[in-house]
Amino acid sequence: MNTLKKSIKAVVSIFALIVIWQLVVLTGRFEESLLPSPAVVFTGIWDIVKDGTLLNHYRVSFARFLTGYVLAALTGVILGLLLGWNKSVWSFIDPVIQILRPVSPIAWFPFIVLWFGIGDAPAVVIIFIAAFFPILLSTVSGVGNVDAIYMKVADNFGLKQPALLFKIILPAAFPLIANGLHLALGTAWVFLVAGEMVGAQSGLGFMIIDARNSLRSDLVLAGIIIIGVLGLILDRLVRLLENRIKRQWGVSLEERN
Amino acid sequence: MYITISDASREYYLKDKGKMTALHKVNLEIEEGEFICLLGPSGCGKSTLLNMIAGFDRPTSGSVKIHGEVVTKPSENRITIFQNYGLLPWRNVLRNVELGLEAKNISKKERRQIAEEYIELVGLSAYKHHHPAQLSGGMQQRVALARALAVDPEILLMDEPFGALDAMTRMSMQDEIERLWQEKKKTIIFVTHDIEEAVFLADRIVIMTPSPGRIKSIIKVPLARKRDRTGNDFIKIRDRVFEEFGFKDTAEVDFFI
Ligand SMILES: Nc1ncnc2c1ncn2[C@@H]1O[C@H](COP(=O)(O)OP(=O)(O)OP(=O)(O)O)[C@@H](O)[C@H]1O
Ligand SMILES: [Mg+2]
Repeated sequence: MNTLKKSIKAVVSIFALIVIWQLVVLTGRFEESLLPSPAVVFTGIWDIVKDGTLLNHYRVSFARFLTGYVLAALTGVILGLLLGWNKSVWSFIDPVIQILRPVSPIAWFPFIVLWFGIGDAPAVVIIFIAAFFPILLSTVSGVGNVDAIYMKVADNFGLKQPALLFKIILPAAFPLIANGLHLALGTAWVFLVAGEMVGAQSGLGFMIIDARNSLRSDLVLAGIIIIGVLGLILDRLVRLLENRIKRQWGVSLEERN
Repeated sequence: MYITISDASREYYLKDKGKMTALHKVNLEIEEGEFICLLGPSGCGKSTLLNMIAGFDRPTSGSVKIHGEVVTKPSENRITIFQNYGLLPWRNVLRNVELGLEAKNISKKERRQIAEEYIELVGLSAYKHHHPAQLSGGMQQRVALARALAVDPEILLMDEPFGALDAMTRMSMQDEIERLWQEKKKTIIFVTHDIEEAVFLADRIVIMTPSPGRIKSIIKVPLARKRDRTGNDFIKIRDRVFEEFGFKDTAEVDFFI
């Protein structure tokens, strides 16, 4: 019932947007190359779906995305566990992280090309940088916020490392880590496109640059819509997964905050 | 003597207020198998004393000895049950009860078998695959009991274990803990600020008063088990305790005695 209502609302708002877009086009104040009409854009989408261009670019992008993201998740979580556990080391690392974190991954691009060359590497590295910080920070804070009572209980029963890490700390910190992983997913997706726009010869970002270079504004817009929709789908899938895991962790978690 | 607490004090040094005495020169001897209730108003040092026996905390002067050995750290031989249960929300009942057994060198199969036995003992077999969040407060406290008993400790330390339960559940949990105590022959030290609870459960009631926290008196409860909460002897002792706290006119008490 609720989901039905929600999807009706979504359809209505998207439909309204398309109508407004079409009306603006109909005023004739914009040239076709500045603002292509919905029909032209959708035909463009259909064309690149049909001839396989989209699928090819998507495959490349997704492989880069996955590589960068998984690397960031692994290093972010492992480092986060170590640093969250060792407060004194973290107090040295934290200031450096605070300086690096606000820097857009794109700013690193000149160095990335020098250090990693061209091809897939720049986009992967940019995705890695984009995803790494939120994952690291949420893991550190997750480990730091493990309820003292769990540690007391573990201590009482004589649990030692590494059991303490795997049986208590990691699961107790998991909801926060999952939050960070989710957050990082969105950020990484944003920078996937950016990374491919500056340093790649394939992928969804390149597809847009390529369309611009051949003055196909309809395909530029088509690319934008596709990236948005794919990002949304990705986000929803991860949210489903996250909710399922959190449910397993128990409602009590939220009650205890 | 089994547990010997001699001249144990616990002082805190606070930045702004200077020295603060949480517990002042406590002397107490406890026999094996005794049921002791620590009774007193908030801030009189009940938790402090219990934590020192558990080994989570140490006296700043004096000593706590068990079997003649000074307590310096927690041990699986003395399990503490906390007011908010300390169950792991990400584990189901069975896996929660298994936690303490995982630190011991026993096979998976045996672990499961022991856990099921103790879950049966507290009457929760039908709920062994539930997560803590799906259980009522009383049931969660039973799980904590099963988990504590499963490692077969000599001493159970309980800090206001039934404080969060409603009056009815509370009484049935009191029956339950008395039954388990008789069946398993544990030494139990039980913190409460409920006078009736103390009279119902304790062999001896240790009455404590605040600022500084210390033992005011110790009252023996020579009533046969299972005690009748409405019986004359019960009420006499209850009034005696009320009198200790100055909640009752002496004249009226004289009338009962
Ligand atoms: N970590 C601490 N730092 C400073 N003072 C403390 C600390 N822990 C306890 N105290 C003080 O010691 C005194 C005794 O505390 P304790 O927790 O043992 O009381 P309690 O009898 O268990 O009270 P309650 O019934 O409220 O649980 C209190 O005055 C408290 O403020
Ligand atoms: Mg207390």
